[in-house]
Amino acid sequence: MRRIGASTRVMAAGTALKPMTQATAEQIAGLEMEAAAQEFSSVVENHRPQIFRFLLASTRDVDLAETLTQECFLKAHRNWKKFRGESSAMTWLMRIAINLTKDHWRNRRMQFWRHAQTHSVDMDEASEWLPSGERSAEQQLMAREQVGRVWKAVEGLSERQRTVFLLRYVEEQELSEIARATGLSEGTVKAHLSRALGKVRTELGSWR
Amino acid sequence: MSSRESMTEKTEDQALEQVLKNFRSSVCAWSDAVYSEVRPVAAVAPHGNWRLAAGWALGCLLAATSVAGGVYEQRHHRQEVAKITTPAPAPAQAMKQQQQQAVAQPVREENGDMPAKVDEDLLAKVDSDVSRPVPRAMEPLVQLMAEDETE
Repeated sequence: MRRIGASTRVMAAGTALKPMTQATAEQIAGLEMEAAAQEFSSVVENHRPQIFRFLLASTRDVDLAETLTQECFLKAHRNWKKFRGESSAMTWLMRIAINLTKDHWRNRRMQFWRHAQTHSVDMDEASEWLPSGERSAEQQLMAREQVGRVWKAVEGLSERQRTVFLLRYVEEQELSEIARATGLSEGTVKAHLSRALGKVRTELGSWR
Repeated sequence: MSSRESMTEKTEDQALEQVLKNFRSSVCAWSDAVYSEVRPVAAVAPHGNWRLAAGWALGCLLAATSVAGGVYEQRHHRQEVAKITTPAPAPAQAMKQQQQQAVAQPVREENGDMPAKVDEDLLAKVDSDVSRPVPRAMEPLVQLMAEDETE
């Protein structure tokens, strides 16, 4: 869609030799806007669930995750013209979402005198969402316990470690993608990831 | 031994991988369930009312305290300034007081408390204080004029 926009611009440049009426210029501008709107709506449709999932895992708060998702796409819509397509739309959106989460936690720290009105779901409740599959009841119980342990470990991670961990093991992103989304180098991402995994291992080990 | 260790490491890694997979599928299931669910918008206003009122009350109390503090400070400052600017009691008044004290002294003496000599000394001191020559403003000029006349 973005390419269509570019091609119309090329066409406009090509036909610049001929006297172009104001009506055609307006038509082209209208077409471009329409194309951009369509393009953006398709991006929202494709990536909204994923962004929501990441934010939900980061905050464990359904309302907050929804609010931040809305804000993320609002920001993206405002800056859509500035998006050059150097990275994928998903990486760009994820970067916005990460920054929003950071801002949110920073604001929460600043407003420490306020009553902490959190709707965070309890770890046990969060770990209950496990598809049964073909497991026995005992296996399923064990899996739930383990998932609960992972949630506990995730809660104990630093903000960066948590982001990197969730991007890798929930969103299944490559290290390079994570590096682009977080603005960190691949080496730093690896280091954060190994520390996060170490903590998860320790948490699971203490349980066993 | 090392092969055993590597085996246990492998199995641990596999177990961890499985746990992480479970974690992912749990998050996905939760997210999907919540995402597709239509939820009513929660009413926010009634819960925050008392907090708002408490905030206002605290703010008013702070403002009132600061104003009262300012007023008190200003009054205190004025009193201090007034103390500094008012002149000390005049020497004549001080003399009068001393005389009054001196007059009152014999009454006490009659009671037989104080020795007479001490009182006499005190009276002599008062007399000397009262009769101390005070330089007047025009005195030097008067002296000059007197000198001129003699010449």
